[in-house]
This record gives sequence, structure tokens and C-alpha cells, in this order.
Amino acid sequence: MTTESGAASEAKQPQENKETEKGKAKAAAEPTSPQNQSEQLPAATGHSTPARKDQEQQEGDQVSHRSSTSRLSRSPLKGVKKTKIMECKVSLLDGSDFTLNVEKRAKGQVLFDKICDHLNLLEKDYYGITCRDVENQKNWLDPSKELKKQIRTGPWNFAFNVKFYPPDPSQLTEDITRYYLCQQLRDDVVSGRLPCSFATHTVLGSYTVQSELGDYDPEELGSDYISELRFAPNQTKELEEKVMELHKTYKGMTPAEAEMHFLENAKKLSMYGVDLHHAKLVGSLYECLAPAEGEDSEGVEIMLGVCSSGLLIYRDRLRINRFAWPKILKISYKRNNFYIKIRPGEFEQFESTIGFKLPNHRAAKRLWKVCVEHHTFFRLISPECQPKKFLSLGSKFRYSGRTQAQTRRASSMIIRPAPLFERSTSKRYNMSLSLDGAPIMENHETLMKDSAADGAAKIITKGDIITTVTTEKKAEEEKAEQDDAQTDAVETQEPTATTPLRHDTKTDSEQTDFAFDGDMTATESEADDDSEMRTQDTSPPEEMVKHQTSISELKRSFLETGESTPGMTEWEKRLSSSPARSPKAEEAPMIEPLELQDTKDEQPAGEKPSKEVEPKATEAAGYLVKYVVDSITTDLASSSGPHGISLSTTMDDDVFMDGTLREVDEVSERAETKVSPGAVRQEVFQAITDKKGTLIILKEADDKVDAEGKETSAAGEEKEPVIPEEAEAEEIEMLSTSKEIEYINEDTSVVVEAKTTARKMQSPKMEIKTDDMTQIKGTDSPKKAMASWIPEVVKTEASEVISVATKEVKQTKASDAMQQEEEIFTFEEVQTELPKSSPSQITVSGSSATSLEVSTLGWVSCSEKGPAEPEEKMAVATETEAAPAESTGPTGLDVVEVGTKEAPVVHTETKTTTYESAEADTNGDVDPGVLLSAQTITSETTSTTTTTHITKTVKGGISETRIEKRIVITGDTDIDHDQALAQAIKEAKEQHPDMSVTKVVVHKETEITPEEGED
Amino acid sequence: MAGLMSDFGCYTHAIVRAIPASLAKEALRSSHAEVDLAKARREHELYTEVLRTTLGLEVVELPADESLPDCVFVEDAAVVCGDTALITRPGAESRRRETEAMSKALKDLNLNIVEMTDENATLDGGDVLFTGREFFVGLSKRTNQRGAEILADAFKDYAVSTVPVLEGLHLKSFCSMGGPGLIVIGAGESAQKTLKIMQQMSDHRYDKLTVADDFGANCIYMNLPNKGHVLLHHTAEQYPQSVKVFEKLKDHMLIPVCNMQKVKVDGALTCCSVLINKKANV
Repeated sequence: MTTESGAASEAKQPQENKETEKGKAKAAAEPTSPQNQSEQLPAATGHSTPARKDQEQQEGDQVSHRSSTSRLSRSPLKGVKKTKIMECKVSLLDGSDFTLNVEKRAKGQVLFDKICDHLNLLEKDYYGITCRDVENQKNWLDPSKELKKQIRTGPWNFAFNVKFYPPDPSQLTEDITRYYLCQQLRDDVVSGRLPCSFATHTVLGSYTVQSELGDYDPEELGSDYISELRFAPNQTKELEEKVMELHKTYKGMTPAEAEMHFLENAKKLSMYGVDLHHAKLVGSLYECLAPAEGEDSEGVEIMLGVCSSGLLIYRDRLRINRFAWPKILKISYKRNNFYIKIRPGEFEQFESTIGFKLPNHRAAKRLWKVCVEHHTFFRLISPECQPKKFLSLGSKFRYSGRTQAQTRRASSMIIRPAPLFERSTSKRYNMSLSLDGAPIMENHETLMKDSAADGAAKIITKGDIITTVTTEKKAEEEKAEQDDAQTDAVETQEPTATTPLRHDTKTDSEQTDFAFDGDMTATESEADDDSEMRTQDTSPPEEMVKHQTSISELKRSFLETGESTPGMTEWEKRLSSSPARSPKAEEAPMIEPLELQDTKDEQPAGEKPSKEVEPKATEAAGYLVKYVVDSITTDLASSSGPHGISLSTTMDDDVFMDGTLREVDEVSERAETKVSPGAVRQEVFQAITDKKGTLIILKEADDKVDAEGKETSAAGEEKEPVIPEEAEAEEIEMLSTSKEIEYINEDTSVVVEAKTTARKMQSPKMEIKTDDMTQIKGTDSPKKAMASWIPEVVKTEASEVISVATKEVKQTKASDAMQQEEEIFTFEEVQTELPKSSPSQITVSGSSATSLEVSTLGWVSCSEKGPAEPEEKMAVATETEAAPAESTGPTGLDVVEVGTKEAPVVHTETKTTTYESAEADTNGDVDPGVLLSAQTITSETTSTTTTTHITKTVKGGISETRIEKRIVITGDTDIDHDQALAQAIKEAKEQHPDMSVTKVVVHKETEITPEEGED
Repeated sequence: MAGLMSDFGCYTHAIVRAIPASLAKEALRSSHAEVDLAKARREHELYTEVLRTTLGLEVVELPADESLPDCVFVEDAAVVCGDTALITRPGAESRRRETEAMSKALKDLNLNIVEMTDENATLDGGDVLFTGREFFVGLSKRTNQRGAEILADAFKDYAVSTVPVLEGLHLKSFCSMGGPGLIVIGAGESAQKTLKIMQQMSDHRYDKLTVADDFGANCIYMNLPNKGHVLLHHTAEQYPQSVKVFEKLKDHMLIPVCNMQKVKVDGALTCCSVLINKKANV
């Protein structure tokens, strides 16, 4: 990802130059060399990803060490350090090899971006780089990690491949993207990885021929032209003849059309995009499997297939089970075992864990990673943040790229004219294309020129993309949290509950896609969205700047505010414009900006809020507030009117959803119903995506869907027991976070209305939040009240930070509460008056006096705790309980200084860990509470920077003081961070004996190789 | 433009087989019902007539073989999809030779024949539900895993999922396709359970049409030129409740077909023909 922002870019420059000379000498028309631009784009892209954040942080660190020279500009030569250059040989999809040089320390993203540049590929998120390990197994390069760490031995040989097969290739924006996908599929077919029938071989082959050779022309092609091409693993003369027969009928078909036809057929193949892994069953087969007679399933050889929709289990060629992503609560691996935890469903009352034995540990981990990535890419709106617990063992691996939703969104903004590219023939397999880049480059340049014309605009565009993405991340996180929450809830729920959703289910994925796109488009067109975009656009540069700024500067900016003013303004305007919000708008502005920034800049920040938020499941009579996270939810809510946004949590059983068959009885109604639901979902989805907000999932039984009504009530009850999942002993990660999208989709039916409304309203999400913050109490109906409340709740719980930020923001302009989070250790001390929580239930009594009890769940649960953690947790929890809810406003500014060693450490990796006391999480009060005061204090020492936010709030007569401390410890690698953390916690406790620690978020940037990052 | 996996329900040909006199006494059955041979033959004639005259299919009628009392149920002997025909290895020993005539007939139609030669494999066509996008193979008394594997190998384009048949003779004894993406399913508990498993196993979404009688869920869907959606189903006389449900399918041309006698030997509507779409073949 983006290695390129800031420091990384420096280093890169020299290389780029080289390359530029090399490949593109001719191109050179543009001063802004295509390369540069292209670099920027990826960089932008990168911003969206966690990895990038890491980098940013890293950079930030570096900067600080360097005495904060502002590096706004990328000085080309500055970074020239003696770096080792490695030659990489990349096998491209047409069989050719592309050789290029990269720095030895370069991250995977650098290599990937270069390859994509070479290929002139913009929609690159579907692709990836593989390299063979010792066992000759293909492994995906992690773009966020250094190449050298991923290639233990041997030459730097890679292959460029499709990583995520788009379920509907027609939705790809550019023909060139489809072209490369076709190439991959041809190889899949010829190699036998993608089995197909004779008839399919002929059809696919014929389109391949049309694409590569054009119209059938016996004079030019000769009679045997086809035998040079490969169509099938075992190609026969008969096959070739059939291919030729078909080829003759395609006259006039363009290559792009032929490729489209090719893909339309290929995508229907059952093994399309299925990544197979050998395994054996551990234990008995899943209950619903139909074992062969008299057979013990233990140890049976199977294949696990990972695909866009979930996990498939094959025995030989037979599918013996399937677990859609929504059905999977958790994925983990341990040694050479791979486990999936299944949500209770039709066939089982309780969640169950199914184990598979992989050939070895590496295989298990590889499978696990692929699952994590596929799940994130296809099911989430934005990638999950870094794993929360770093103290524990286990992989912190996360998919850091863009999700399909994000990439679609981004690619919808591609404005270049369709690039011309030469389709290499598969028969030229062995010819080197390394210099073939020329034509491509030309196109590229063209592209660039265009952009140059309105260069600024372009950049902006990129910025938009980035920004957007970033924002989405937040959404993701939130969602993730929600997911967790929901998951929990879901578990509780009855599998059987038939939901109206099922009807919706009917929608084809394709349709969905469409809807999706449509939404996006629509959204973009909308003024609001645009504004958002712009705002964000503006910001990106700022971000860049910030990165370069020293941490202290960052902090200041945080306090002072910054950039987003324009954005703010817009928001404010919008807010004011919308009647409902107007009252709140005043207050709101602050909040919004924060969120925006959060979204943009810092994941960590985002995490916190979201996480905090997650846990809460609110139940109000009949209404379920699952989780109100940020803006997204807000948006929806706001626009539609608070109630409008209701997502039914109940829907969780995606599986059922998917699987559900509609009753024909309803046939007459169907058409309408189906369509709308599908559309709705999409829309919602989109909305969410766009806005990035979290979802507020309210279930209103009554209002929305009739059918749901039943469920809702039930659901509400069921959901109440949202129990945080306990961290499992196993070391590995969990995907628990993920199910959001699904939910969203499911919810759609309900949501639809809301969404529509929202659209009309076009009110920014942010606003909504603001409103919440503001505590709008005038609610007509309980529902509305709920809605308004919910957001508030969220905020409240979410983070003191937010609240604080809000206040300050007003004064300052609110730049980024969130940004601060770059710090390594974040501490939050919260004193809350928790009405001792009944977890997960929010009781709404009367619209005005709403007490919501929110239970925090899962995130704690999500994170597996290492040995160390448990203790802490325990401690925290204990304290929490002990801590008397009442709290008066002991507002102490505490600066916790953690002594650290001075040596500057550049952290390559960022780990974020959050500890929350399960109980503590619950912020009982629904009441938004009145914010009495908020202050932020920052202090620095050589190695430590502490930022303290103190917020006083009065809720329902109880005053609450929350203190959030962010402590940045900069130090040597040898610093025992855990100890430092413990120390910090201890100090915090000592300083505020009357307060309890409710949450600890740790961001750890670690650089394994000290030299990296810096020099 | 060539396209695969389209044309679900499009058929041009049908293979049927006459009823041998031995059916009355010797055909396998799960009950002890007496079959009226004459009536059965009359039913079968009507059935064939519907295919030929009403629907305009080209019907290939194989002669009865007295040594194969169940030979009228041709569905079990072959699975045809696209231009490929899998000759099965029926689970009932007494029925194995039914495939010979079937194989020859299919060859005559220029289909690609795949023989199931594995001695360990058994598969009855009645256990194979093709939805247009994928196969479900019921693991039943007549069909085993190995048989399903061979089927999967014969039709590589499609996902082939195995589902348990908990009750009834075949998978299609309680379900069938009622249209593109529409599964007709019996209301029985085991039928419903099997359906849920199918749902779980599938990447695709289906609608379901639940009918009161498991056996009533067996019907024949076709999509024919000039006729649109056609559904052959059991008569109201036989399954009044189920027929009421079918009658809600407004878009379908509904053709009740009497099947009172063949039911006695577990013969459903789909059992009595193998449907082929020759146009699909290039």
C-alpha cells in the first residue's frame, strides 16, 4: 500500500526514476511522469488500508525523530540511501515474465503497484502477487509487509494472479481488468484448476479465439490456427473443431465482447474462484452432512474451498457441505488444524466448531489467511482494523486492502478513457512481454495527460477515493463491531426465526450488484455525497502533511484543529438545512468533523470508538438497537428520521436467508416484494458504504415490515442476551467481527424505507451523530426517540474522546480527535456511572427519559487474550465493578508519563489492542447526558507524550467524568511495552483511585528491523 | 452466441418405455398395493400422449422388457444434461439391465455417453435433481456416494451436492423443479429437512413451493417454445391439496396427469421419461 506516502516515497523516488527512464523513456511527454501519478494513486489507495496507516504512523515517528522537518513535498533526492535493490521476476498472466527492481526493504505493495502500473491496471484490488514457498506452495504476498520477510529463500520470483474472482465480472469497470481476469481463467481452465465440460471448453475456447485472433478468417488464419492455442487440459482435435465452428459464428464481435461472453460463462462454473485446500476431517462430519454408508468420517480426505460466498467442503468432486460466511462465527487455526465455529442454525441448537486437519502448519495458516481475506473482501464494507490484542499470541494478520465494495466504489470513479491495450495471444506464451509495456504505457500516458489537464482534479479524485475508503473503514470497524454484537445476538436468536428477509433473498447476487452500483452512482451524484467527497478530498493532502508532521504537531493539530473546516462548514450547512437536525446542528458540527477525520486518518481512533460502540446492544421495548456506531447509522437515521433506520438484527441467519426459499404461496406478491427488498438492500448497503457510518440497528417490529413484526419482537428478546464472547484460548484470530455486511443486507428489507428517506434527505451522517450528541429529545414517537438516543448512546459509550472532541472542536474547529490515536498506548479512564448494567439491554422508558443500558460485548471477547491479557482484563473488570457508578466529576488531568527509553523506534507494525472490562463497557445511560465540560491536556517528555481528555457529562442527574489518556511511548525495541502499559495503567489507577479503568487500547508499532522505516 | 447453462426446462425429445406385464406383480414397491395393469398402461399412454401431442416433444418409445418389471421408469437409467448423458448403475440389482436400451437410445440421439462402470457405484436418476444451476444428489437406498462422484465427474460445470434422503425412495420422491429457481417440495418433515440442507449447500437461491403431499411434489417442468412454462403435475383426484397449490402458479400451463397406478410401485411423474434438449447441442 502505499508505501509511497511520505518517507517511503522518498526512497522510492530514485527507483521510479530509473524505471521511468527504462520503460517509459518515450512516453515522457509529461513532466508529471505517469509513474509519479500512478504512484500517487496507489498511495491514495493505500491510505485506505490499515497498512498504510501503519506507515503513516511510522512516518510520523520517523519524523519526530528527525526533528520534524516538514516534508510536505517529496523531495526526490532526500531519501537516497544506499538501499539494496533486488531484481524481481514476475510471471504475468499471459505467461510472460516481467522483470523489475525494487528495494530490498520494499513492501509488497510497492512491487504490486509497479506491476499494476506496468499492466496499466487500475482495478487492481482483485489481483495479488504470489510467491512459492519452500514447499512450492503458492502464498499471497502481504502488501503491507516487506518483501524480504516474505521471501525467505531463493530468487525473488513472483507471479501476478487474480486473488479475488469477482462474482460478476460484468461489474468491473474496465475492459482491461476483464482481460486480465480472462487470462487468469484461461490458465485456470487449461491447468485443470477450473474443471469444465467439453461443451464449456468449446465455448470458452471459441471466445478466447475471437478475443485473441479476431474474426474467423481462413485465409489469414489458415486452417490449423487453432491448434496453437490451448483451451483444455486434454485438448483434442474434436475440441478444436468445435471451437472453430463456434468461432466462425462470432464475426464482428470485439475482443472486449468476446471476453465478456467468456466471463459470463466462466463465472457460472461451480469452481469459479474457488481456492482449494487439502484437508482431513477431524471428528465427525457436520451433522447435516450425509456420510457415506457405514463410514466414519474421521480422517476423510476432503477439500476446503474458499470462495466469495463462504467455505465449501468437497469430498472428491462432491460438495458435502457449505458454510456461507454469515454462517461462520469464527475462523481459527492452531498448529496444523483449522477450525470454523458455526452459528447455530436449522440443524443445530448451539454453535459448534468443526475442525479440519491440514497437511501442516503453514497450510493451516495459509488457509486461514485466505479465509480472512476473502471474508473481508467480499463481505465487509471495509477491512477490519488490526487485531485488537497484541499482547496475546496469534497472528495479527488482517486483510488490509480494499474490499470489493470499496474497490467498486473507487473504480466507479475511474475517469480515464478506456485504455488501449494489445491482447497478447496465448500462443505466445513464452515470449517475453517485458517491453511490451510500451503500448500500454502510451495509454497510460494518455491517461495521465488527461489527468494532467485537470491535474488537481485528478489528485482530488484520488484523494476522494482514499478518503472515502478511509471513511469506510470506520464504517467497517463499526460494522465489525456490530457484527460482533450481532453475532452474539444472533447466537442467541433462534435459528428458525423466519424472517421476511428471506423473501428478499431471492435477489440474485447479480441484481444485488447492480443495485449496489446503482446506489453508489446515485449517491455520488447527490450533492451531499459530493460534498463529502470534497471534504474528504481536501483532507487527504492534509493527511499527508500530517503524516509528515511530528507527533507533537499532530497532537497540537488535534487540539487545535485543522483542516476540515470546509468540510465542517458544509456539514453544518446541511445540518442547518435539515429541519430536524437544525437544532442539533449547532452542536453537531464539532462532532462531525471529528468523525470525518477519524475516518480518514486513524484507524486506531476509529477502532476505539467503534469497538466501544459495538458492544452495546440496546434493547428497547421492541426496538433493538444493536449498535450504533457512527455516521453511517447516523446518516440513515437522520435522513429517514431516526426511526427510519432500522436494521433488523434478526436477519442474521444469512444462511437461511440465502437458502431460504420463498414460499410460492406468496407468489402473487412476490414480484414486488422481491424486487424491492433486493433493491433496498443494495441501497442500504451502499448508503452505508458511502457514508461509512456504522449502522444503527434498530429493530422496529411494528413499523417497517409486517412480516418482520413478528420477528422483531422475538428478535428483540432474543437479542438481549448479547453476551460477549469469551476469548478463546486458541491463539489465533477470529473473524468474529465480520458479519456486518451480511446483516446489513439482510436488514435491508426493513431498512429500505429508511434508506429511501435518507436519500431524499441527503443529510450527512455526521449530522445525525451530531444530533445525537446534542441530545435531541423531541421525539414524536418512541421510535424516533430511540433513534436519537441511540446515537447518543453510542457516542457516549464509544468514547469519551468523541465527546471531548466535540466540545473542543467547537472551539478549535475540531480537527481530529481521532488522529491522536497514533500514539502507542491509549488509555482511557472512564468513570461512569453505570447503572450496573444489564448487559445488552437498553430500556427505553418514555421517550424523554430513556435509559439505555448498553452492554458492551464482544470486542473484548473477540480479542483472544494472551496470557497476559486475561490478567489485565480481570483487573479491569474488577475495578469496574468496584467503581461506583456515581462519579462526580473528579476531573483530574492526569498526565501519565511512562518512562521509556529514548531510542527512537520505528515501528513497522502497528498493533492495536483494546481491553475493556466487560462490565465496564456498559454505559448504562442512554441519556446523551449534558456535556458539562471537556478539556484536553497534552504533555510531553522525551519519550512520552500524554494527551488527556477529560469529559464531564451529566446524565440523568448523575455526573460522569471520563478521562481518556493517550500516551505515546517512544522507545527502543527493547522497551517492555507491556510493562510500560502496565505501569501506565497502574499510574492511572493511582492517580484516580476513585475511577475505574474501563478500556485500554494499545497501539503498538513495532519495527522488527530498526533500520527500516527510517533509513 | 453460445451460452451454457441456459435453457433450463427446454426439451425437444423424450424417451419413455412401455410397461411390461411383469410390472403388476414383480415391480419393486414399498407398499403392497395391487397394480391394475390395464389402468397403468392407460395412464402411461396418456402420459406419453401429453408429451408427444400436447407438448410437441419428439418421443422415443422403448419397448417393454418383461424381464425388467420396472423398466417403465426410465428416469433412473440415465441422467441427461446438455449434450451429455450419464448412464447410471441403478441401485436395485434387478434394474441394472434397464440401462442397455436406454444407452442405445441416447447414443442414437448423438449424446455424449458416459457410462458408470464402477462396481461400487450406484445411482438412480430419481435421486438426481438438476436445478438448472447445479445438481443435488440424494444419498438413498439406491444411490451412494460413489455414484454421486461419478455424476459430478460427468457434469463438471456444475456443483454437485449430496443430500440425505431420509424418507421415501428417491430424492425426487418428495421434490422436483417447478420452474427456474423454483423447487417444489413436500410438506413432510424429512422433505423439509432435506430442502434446508439443499439450501445450505447452495450458492444459489431458490424459491420453494411447498405442497401438502410429498409425492405430490413430483412434477415435470418444461419451458417450451410457444407454450412457456409448462408443469405436469398429479391430478386433483390424487392430491387435491397439492394441486391447489399448483394452481397458484399463474404463469404456468398446468397439465394434470393421472398417475394413480404407477404410484403404487413408487413411480412418480418424472420417473417415466428422460427429457432431452437436442437444440442445446452444437
